[in-house]
Amino acid sequence: MGAQLRVYKRRIRSVTATKKITKAMEMIAASRVVKAQRKVAASAPYATELTRAVTAVGTGSNTKHPLTTEAETATRSAVLLLTSDRGLAGAFNSNAIKEAELLTARLEAEGKEVDTYIVGRRGLAHYNFRELKVVESWSGFTDEPAYADAKKVAAPLIEAIEKDTAAGGVDELHIVYTEFVSMMTQTAVDGRLLPLRLEEVAEEPSTKGEILPLFEFEPSAEDVLDALLPRYVESRIYNALLQSAASKHAATRRAMKSATDNAGDLITSLSRLANAARQAEITQEISEIVGGSAALADATAGSDK
Amino acid sequence: MAAELHVELVAADRSVWSGEATLVVARTTSGDIGVMPGHQPLLGVLESGPVTIRTSDGATVVAAVHGGFISFADNKLSLLAEIAELSDEIDVQRTERELERAKAEGDAAAERRADVRLRAVSAR
Repeated sequence: MGAQLRVYKRRIRSVTATKKITKAMEMIAASRVVKAQRKVAASAPYATELTRAVTAVGTGSNTKHPLTTEAETATRSAVLLLTSDRGLAGAFNSNAIKEAELLTARLEAEGKEVDTYIVGRRGLAHYNFRELKVVESWSGFTDEPAYADAKKVAAPLIEAIEKDTAAGGVDELHIVYTEFVSMMTQTAVDGRLLPLRLEEVAEEPSTKGEILPLFEFEPSAEDVLDALLPRYVESRIYNALLQSAASKHAATRRAMKSATDNAGDLITSLSRLANAARQAEITQEISEIVGGSAALADATAGSDK
Repeated sequence: MAAELHVELVAADRSVWSGEATLVVARTTSGDIGVMPGHQPLLGVLESGPVTIRTSDGATVVAAVHGGFISFADNKLSLLAEIAELSDEIDVQRTERELERAKAEGDAAAERRADVRLRAVSAR
């Protein structure tokens, strides 16, 4: 076997092995997307009921709460960025990071300091590499986040927002995550979690023509709001974590599918090249034999003279 | 037919129980509260404790609920809890072991959780 043919054969073997791996990863990701989507759906009733309750307190009472009132001059904002622990998901992480950087730039242009909180090793690696300051980071649960993980993430954020700005607290809380639109579309979005825009929350049910009744609060509106808002933040973060996980799996599936397709194309073109090389080798051998025998015949004919 | 109210018992990561009921008793921070159909709109903070739901066909559903809210409006009652388990989902032996361990370690929160679970089972 000629040297060139051997090289082609070796590359075909290696690409075939890679293709098998990417195919397996594609199928694993596909099954995980379904699971993650189911979790998003399962968390929906809690989130809707909680939103209803928050709306009810927000609109049904005139209570002022640090989590709902906007600071007159916001000086510091917290940005929570949700990325994944592992790559191989196409532009999933870079899109989220880009969105967070845009948001940070916008907030800084408004004259606010930005504290960055990060979920997922990928985002953290990006910030560490550029030596950007990260207040706190979490990792290890981005593939399958549990509610306890959301609580863990929310705790320092709620603490920061309840603290005075002068004492190192923040006035606003923004979240950047990847919204799961469909299997094919996932978009990085940013949203302000706190202070809550009650009008915004209130708009959702009113569009359904639902009139909010006057509530009796047990024990009091302040206490209910005190207990409700942290839960609301946790549930929103939980939902964002789940959507981010579903998006990541979908992105992985797509990236691995195109990797598998590319590997298939590569194998086709490499086998064609290998065939051509084999054919060229045979042709060369034949012409060498023919040439050789012709030369031999000429030589014998010459010696006869 | 007796008046009914619709109950949704939801935990953070799943819907635990939903159906029609005639009476729901839950423990709020200011004491036990019973909600029957036609109650005034209500929003309360729940304590860790058992929740009793009397369904419209006369059966009783008991759930252990750890923290959360009760909200009632338009004859719809929602019980929101971070963790909620129906009494027949609770593994008694495991919970007893948890209670022992929590007592040994002096973990008050875990002890309370285990205690509530056991009470929910015994109230069944």
